[in-house]
Amino acid sequence: MSIRERLSGNEATAMAMKQINPDVVAAFPITPSTEIPQYFSTFVANGDVDTEFVAVESEHSAMSATIGAEAAGARAMTATSANGLSLMWEMIYIASSLRLPIVMALVNRAVSGPLNIHNDHSDAMGVRDAGWIMLFSENNQEAYDNMLMAHRIAEHKDVLLPIMICQDGFITSHSIENIELESDEDVKKFVGKYKPEHYLLNDKEPIAVGPLDVQAYLFEHKAQQAEAMKNAKKVIKEVSEEFEKWTGRKYEFFEKYKLDDAEIAIVCMNSTAGTTKAVVDELRNKGVKAGLLKVRMFRPFPAEEIAEALAGLKAVAVLDKADSLNAAGGALFEDITSAMYVNQKNVPMVNYVYGIGGRDTTEKQIESVYSDLEKIVKEGKIENPYRYLGLRREEN
Amino acid sequence: MNDLIEIRWHGRGGQGAKTASLLLADAAFNTGKYIQGFPEYGPERMGAPLTAYNRISEKPITIHSNIYEPDYVVVVDDTLLTSVPVTDGLKESGAIVINTTKTPEELRKLLKGYNGNIYTIDAKKVSLETLGKYFPNTPMLAAIVKVAGIMTDEELLDDMKKSFKHKFAKKPEVIDGNMKALEMALKEVKKI
Repeated sequence: MSIRERLSGNEATAMAMKQINPDVVAAFPITPSTEIPQYFSTFVANGDVDTEFVAVESEHSAMSATIGAEAAGARAMTATSANGLSLMWEMIYIASSLRLPIVMALVNRAVSGPLNIHNDHSDAMGVRDAGWIMLFSENNQEAYDNMLMAHRIAEHKDVLLPIMICQDGFITSHSIENIELESDEDVKKFVGKYKPEHYLLNDKEPIAVGPLDVQAYLFEHKAQQAEAMKNAKKVIKEVSEEFEKWTGRKYEFFEKYKLDDAEIAIVCMNSTAGTTKAVVDELRNKGVKAGLLKVRMFRPFPAEEIAEALAGLKAVAVLDKADSLNAAGGALFEDITSAMYVNQKNVPMVNYVYGIGGRDTTEKQIESVYSDLEKIVKEGKIENPYRYLGLRREEN
Repeated sequence: MNDLIEIRWHGRGGQGAKTASLLLADAAFNTGKYIQGFPEYGPERMGAPLTAYNRISEKPITIHSNIYEPDYVVVVDDTLLTSVPVTDGLKESGAIVINTTKTPEELRKLLKGYNGNIYTIDAKKVSLETLGKYFPNTPMLAAIVKVAGIMTDEELLDDMKKSFKHKFAKKPEVIDGNMKALEMALKEVKKI
């Protein structure tokens, strides 16, 4: 039986961490994720959890301490945003290559500079090739639910990869909304105990972690990481189905919102998907066959499944909340267009970079994208596939 | 009550507009509604204009943008009337609620172009009489609940009593004053 509550996204994440009760949390505060370690340290001080809380002196140390703890055989977690993640950069790759199932809350924020504390996805996009599983969350509920599933996915013997649970800084992290929580006992039962197979503090099996990997080995180890990422798809599906049986809340690789009979659709991630749903509803009332595909699982990337889901559409717009500054298009757009090409699905596609640095994304903006798509369908051509949404001095 | 009520708060840093929006979200949540309460974060400084928002609905809310066409606007500090376009997008079927001692004529002049309902309350008087200090957020919370018909007076008072007991667990001496501020504000808010 779920518990009706109202929490911000950060409170929901901290609540999930409290219920998970990990062995170690190491974190350094950075806006807008600061509240997560702040609330969690209160749980530690009050004795609500028996976690070892390590108040480190930087994010590089936060990730390093998390790696050390996880390698030792502990369940370790952290939280960060933007430049905090940038400072972790070196250790982010170490964590995944050592196959340590660390769980991180990433509260998405623009990476400086110029300095900006508000939301976009440039932090997450910077680590998209780092070998972490990446799940995105539309609201506080999804941030909570994805966090409850995180350890089950990351720690699975066929996966053993770190995972980050993303949500939009301020927009969901600091907004109070309704949420359904699960009981502490049920969470404990679902998440289960962490039983690492190989770990440093096992005196019966002395091992080295992270020694030199020369020409004869690194390639094979990278191929194993790639294999684990492929396996993660299967595991994410299984864990999400088990989660649905428990809570009734359904999670797939992506959510199809009124997509099946749609003619035009938007693809996006995190909180903008919620605003887009409201616009889809309005357009449907006017007889426009609009739909939405909300990507939840960004790494591993469900290329074949997305290509299949978008195959029957007349035009699609992919919304990127980070600019790749490559004069070609955003990261999500490139992943999706490449998925379509490889799977031989030919649908006109256009990219919008939007919401950079916390620029508010309104229903009007989303509506304008759908009307652009209607125009593309009508005229049968795309003049510029790489566009901006909500930028002043547009198209000059 | 409509399916979805959207409220925009205008205040200055330090006056508690953000807290008031979160308390309103709490109170509406406790009457069974779906709610959102969120401030627009900027470079926060004491005294700088700030905006906070509420959505209250009978149905789940998926929109995650700021509010541009609110049903109600709450102005916690009337000096904002000359510097911030508080009535921008405000639906004329709704209302603006202002903490002020200005006359209806002065207000009509300041809000030129706005033809909707105007409600006023002297939150300073309410606050000083009941709390002995100037905290406008508690009276303004009561005022907007009354004007927007979000819940009955009794529901608000019952719920806030519980909230205050929790919020002021370490300073129980301020609970009575805050409760009196709510009660007085419910009576003092007037349509002009």
